[in-house]
Amino acid sequence: MAERKPKAASLEASYEKWKKTKYRRAGVDACLPKKAFTTVSGRQIKELYTPADILGSDYLKDLNYPGEYPFTRGVHPTMYRGRLWTMRQFSGFGTAEDTNKRYKYLLSHGQTGLSVAFHLPTLMGIDSDNPLARGEIGKCGVAIDTLADMEILFKGIPLDKITTSMTINAPAAVLWAMYIAVAQKRGISPKVISGTIQNDILKEYIAQKTFVFPPRPSMKLIVDTFEYGAQEVPRWNTISISGYHIREAGATAVQELAFTIRDGIEYVEWALKRGLELDDFAPRLSFFFNSHNDFFEEIAKFRAARRIWARIMRERFGSKNPRSWWLRFHTQTSGVSLMAQQPYNNIVRVTIQALAAVLGGTQSLHTNSLDETYALPSEEAVTIALRTQQIIAHESGVPNSIDPLGGAYMVEALTRDMEKEAGEYIKKIDDMGGMVKAIELGFPQREIADSAYQYQTAVDRKEKIIVGVNAFEMKHEPIPILCIDEAVARQQLARLREVRRSRNQARVRRSLAELKKAAADDLNLMPYLLNCVKTYASLEEIMDSLKEIFGGYQEPIMF
Amino acid sequence: MSSKKIRIVVAKPGLDGHDRGAKVVCRALRDAGMEVIYTGLRRTPEEIVNAAIQEDVDLIGLSILSGAHPILFPKIIKLLKEKGAGDIPVIAGGIIPERDIPKMKKLGIREIFLPGTSTQDIVRWIRENFPASEKK
Repeated sequence: MAERKPKAASLEASYEKWKKTKYRRAGVDACLPKKAFTTVSGRQIKELYTPADILGSDYLKDLNYPGEYPFTRGVHPTMYRGRLWTMRQFSGFGTAEDTNKRYKYLLSHGQTGLSVAFHLPTLMGIDSDNPLARGEIGKCGVAIDTLADMEILFKGIPLDKITTSMTINAPAAVLWAMYIAVAQKRGISPKVISGTIQNDILKEYIAQKTFVFPPRPSMKLIVDTFEYGAQEVPRWNTISISGYHIREAGATAVQELAFTIRDGIEYVEWALKRGLELDDFAPRLSFFFNSHNDFFEEIAKFRAARRIWARIMRERFGSKNPRSWWLRFHTQTSGVSLMAQQPYNNIVRVTIQALAAVLGGTQSLHTNSLDETYALPSEEAVTIALRTQQIIAHESGVPNSIDPLGGAYMVEALTRDMEKEAGEYIKKIDDMGGMVKAIELGFPQREIADSAYQYQTAVDRKEKIIVGVNAFEMKHEPIPILCIDEAVARQQLARLREVRRSRNQARVRRSLAELKKAAADDLNLMPYLLNCVKTYASLEEIMDSLKEIFGGYQEPIMF
Repeated sequence: MSSKKIRIVVAKPGLDGHDRGAKVVCRALRDAGMEVIYTGLRRTPEEIVNAAIQEDVDLIGLSILSGAHPILFPKIIKLLKEKGAGDIPVIAGGIIPERDIPKMKKLGIREIFLPGTSTQDIVRWIRENFPASEKK
């Protein structure tokens, strides 16, 4: 240490000298607005990063090799040289037949995993024939009311060969039960199916707001899936702890990072309280982040996330299994960054964001389509989005070397700063008594709303420039967009009526009664849910039965 | 010379929970000196119309992403008329395809603000179109 000091001092001194005599003299900063050199999250960026910025960093302790703790440079030793990221386009619209056709199209064009978008009634746990579903059927995703829809959705798709991600939260356990039931009915063992359910209810209260039950019983249901998955569906990721929606709701990059990791801690704590063995369930925890426009800050965020999680799992929870230390994550490019004005510019935004995700070491990636500020993507738009990933994978040369930005002064300094700032937020939430408590107090919600407003104010004042929106504006021709025919609603309602008519009503009623009793007795509900879906009980019937025991939830109104 | 503040109810019809835009607009209107009542998420047309009447508002602002506007907006306009409140102007914002805009305006939605709209443009539009309520 004694001999490093003079080196540090001389580096800092030489930097200060350069800054004073060369950089400042040019007077650049003085003529520009104060926010000119901040990130999209409002972070001040220095004019230059040098070795002086990462003096305290220890290569083996803080970075290390890919596949080595704390995994800053990647969770796998070979990263994309061994296997490219999974190109997983989130999609779903109309009826199960419509979406099944889109899945087959995507698989035949080189997509390597499926990702199901459900329509809003399914996300909210209500059936298509509920009055609240009027106008919503098949609009934001595919309509799934019963196992019959799920069977059609995956018709002709080999569930033992592909992986499926399902974006579903409040009713996640029910939809997962439907997927398992489809596999079982085809003679495929749940032991071999693989995929992910999002199943992250905390970020629903924080950001996306598709909750049904209050936080505490929701957490119970999630721990049920951890427990059941570890025993019966071992290749399934039972949760995707998501920062995506937190960011979309307006959080800064650090808030996204901190709240997501703290959510992860909360799930681990609740599972441990149930008596689950840490290293039995922790390897199946996966994450999901947003990739926004600010290139280096995003890359640093992904690298910091891996390092923070590894340290938390090993040091805070004492995990012994290196697989539990891995933060594996899916990335989606930023929806809110897409603009309705001059929509073809969105292709460029998506490319930058996708590149950041790849440089950040993502395990899978969804690239948004250029037309998503208007509607669900058209086939042409979604193809361009997939091609964007393929061009990065096969033409850019970026995947050839692992973590190619590792060691860059700026990226390492940002990674370190974001780890530190996230740590402060995590500590604050620990002090509040955990994330469920913090949500009940409205803390993360308020932080995010503040950030969203600050960002919008900066855009309105043109301190932040959005090309085509508050600068370089021009008229553009309308682009072709996907339109969901109202016939979809008629078809879906007809099928639901037919399922309700043809099923064995007594079996349905019995399965629902058993479910309710199990919920009241605080048993693991997964076997009961499987039983219910197999009788073709509808999603809403199942959710309503649980609501009788768990209650419903209304969030406090604030802005 | 006492001026009456513009009162506006900001409502989120539809099943989606995307409230970032609605909340930002609420704050911007409040900071501009208006009285803002936010309904919270997933309000039915009946709830929105009732809130507007009970709160005696000058204006209703609807925020939607889910794609259900072709069903929900006409319902809201119809209910307002039925309850004798057809004179309360309605504006909207969110994910609304351009080709739907003429239809929505014909229906009686006074203005539609698309993604990328500055909050100041919304404030300006309201002030320009409702100068009377501010100078009463």
